[in-house]
Amino acid sequence: MYKIAAIGDRDSVQGFASIGLEVYFADEKQEAEKLLKRIANDNYAVIYITEKLASMIPQEIEKYTEAVTPAIIPIPGVSGNTGEGMNNVSRFVEKAVGSDIIN
Amino acid sequence: MAVMNVNPTRMELSNLKKKLVTAMRGHKLLKDKRDELMRQFLLFVRENKELRKKVEKAVKDAGAHMAKAASVMSDEAVEVALMMPSQSMRVDVEEKNVMSVTVPVFKPEYKTAVDGEIYSYGYAFTSCDLDDAVKALSDIMPDMLRLAEVEKNCQLMAGEIERTRRRVNALEHVMIPQYQDTIKYITMKLDENERSNTTRLMKVKDMMLEKAHNYHYDG
Repeated sequence: MYKIAAIGDRDSVQGFASIGLEVYFADEKQEAEKLLKRIANDNYAVIYITEKLASMIPQEIEKYTEAVTPAIIPIPGVSGNTGEGMNNVSRFVEKAVGSDIIN
Repeated sequence: MAVMNVNPTRMELSNLKKKLVTAMRGHKLLKDKRDELMRQFLLFVRENKELRKKVEKAVKDAGAHMAKAASVMSDEAVEVALMMPSQSMRVDVEEKNVMSVTVPVFKPEYKTAVDGEIYSYGYAFTSCDLDDAVKALSDIMPDMLRLAEVEKNCQLMAGEIERTRRRVNALEHVMIPQYQDTIKYITMKLDENERSNTTRLMKVKDMMLEKAHNYHYDG
């Protein structure tokens, strides 16, 4: 069985603990990098990460794009929605089709 | 014209012809694969966008409730309230094969001490905003999981489509023309050899006739 994790600043991800996710707190780049590296190799199927944090460590996240697990999914944090998640989806389309045909 | 560096022999010619047939067959198959992948990818991407909109909105709302709760409760109180979750969540990952792309299927398993009980605290010392936040997150969780699945699908398929597209293009614009040109080159070269051989034989015949009978052919 796989676990699910949420990474982000305390205020953003704290709530996820209540529904059975494992939460990890990180505010800075180095912290986040180390944390992701550690838990990505652990038994996690899905890792939710706040968009703010995700935009700080794109290279680290890039490493897991071709792997079946873990799926690293950006979610908005309390500070708001940066649109990073949606951009991500547009990037998939661009990669596959050549241009973003779905808006 | 892109001619490969090969000897213009019959052997090479028949080899190349076989290779051309294989290349064309591969090209057709890969093109079909690309088209089907693309069709499925677009379905997934649409779902992905819709789910993402929904999830982002819900998570934001939950975040707002959470912030409100945190503002009326002390940090410790919030932490204590959420410290021992009443529900634990695990997922089973199955692998599915979509056009040779291995994609995950997540099957969630919720374990709750009491059925349907998502609140891990008594209501006495917590804000009702905390309840709202927990409820909102719990409601959106199935969608969040589906989002994770769909987004991973899109990610993996996008990679595979890119690779397949490159292969199709390489076959269509490099390999196949190269084979065709080389086959043409070898055919012409062989024909040319044939003709030159005929002329040489005719010339030799002339020379032999001249020598034997002093016969001279003019015209």
